[in-house]
Amino acid sequence: MSGSGGHADPAYLLDSSGPASPPRDNGELVFAAPWESRAFGLALALNEAGLIDWEGFRQALIREIGDWEAAHPSGEGWSYYECWLGALERTASAKGLVDPRALADRAAQIAALPAGHDHEAHDHDGHEHSMHNETSHHP
Amino acid sequence: MTTAAEHIDPAVRAEALASLLIERGLVDQATMDNFIKTYELSVGPMNGAKVVARAWTDPGYRERLLADGTAAIAELGFKGPQGEHIVVLENTPDAHNVVVCTLCSCYPWPVLGLPPSWYKDPSYRSRIVREPRAVLAEFGLELGDDVAIRVFDSSSEVRYMVLPMRPAGTDGLSEAELAALVTRDAMVGVAEAVAP
Repeated sequence: MSGSGGHADPAYLLDSSGPASPPRDNGELVFAAPWESRAFGLALALNEAGLIDWEGFRQALIREIGDWEAAHPSGEGWSYYECWLGALERTASAKGLVDPRALADRAAQIAALPAGHDHEAHDHDGHEHSMHNETSHHP
Repeated sequence: MTTAAEHIDPAVRAEALASLLIERGLVDQATMDNFIKTYELSVGPMNGAKVVARAWTDPGYRERLLADGTAAIAELGFKGPQGEHIVVLENTPDAHNVVVCTLCSCYPWPVLGLPPSWYKDPSYRSRIVREPRAVLAEFGLELGDDVAIRVFDSSSEVRYMVLPMRPAGTDGLSEAELAALVTRDAMVGVAEAVAP
């Protein structure tokens, strides 16, 4: 829609906005990238496990979105799930589920992996995807 | 997160967070995948469309739906996160309802699934409140000046869903045929139900 401030959004353009049907069937993309679905699944799993409370997460998301919008008045570069991920990082850190320093270290390790490493090796059809650890990356 | 973290690819950040949480045994991949699959494949506007079609064909259900959205929606088997307090807003010839979440992107997941991109966009979230008639026109919905537009901002508790008006010329249609006329956009309030 033109009301979206000119952000051409493939997920929206693909949406036929036809009769309601399962998202995948009507061409709509629920998640634009595997990391978005990972951030989504993490938040719901932590909530289900009682490790975060949804209202607390929502408040963190509101702050994250508000901060982003204040810093980007043009709206250029908007990513809802980046805000979601930032809120999740904050919430998980505040709850003591992850140590912010360990998180930064792990991100740096993953970022330093040689090209070809699939940062988005998220296999929806199997659960054999093993998470990386320090020793396997840096033998 | 930190300023430095903002420069890191979100895919890397998501992987880092997931790997640490999984290593600590706080979440597991199967649970995450299950949530993802559910919202990719099973939960979506087709649920809300069934609710609307039932309300169009069953006056008693419509009454229950408007009185207690969550309970009436659960009658059809739709419940879950973000559906604890669903309020259904009925469109009439005089008043058109449209839904937004100005602060984040609260949305009635059990009936509509996850929100589309435009619903989450800063532009929609701010403009639909300031100039709803203009924004609706951009969606292709031109409402007469005699139709009041009511914008509902989702709060921490309430999730709204619009009950669109039943299109004319649908008297002979079955509930399933009616459901096919109900789009996600109609249930957010940026469109009307499709005429057959």
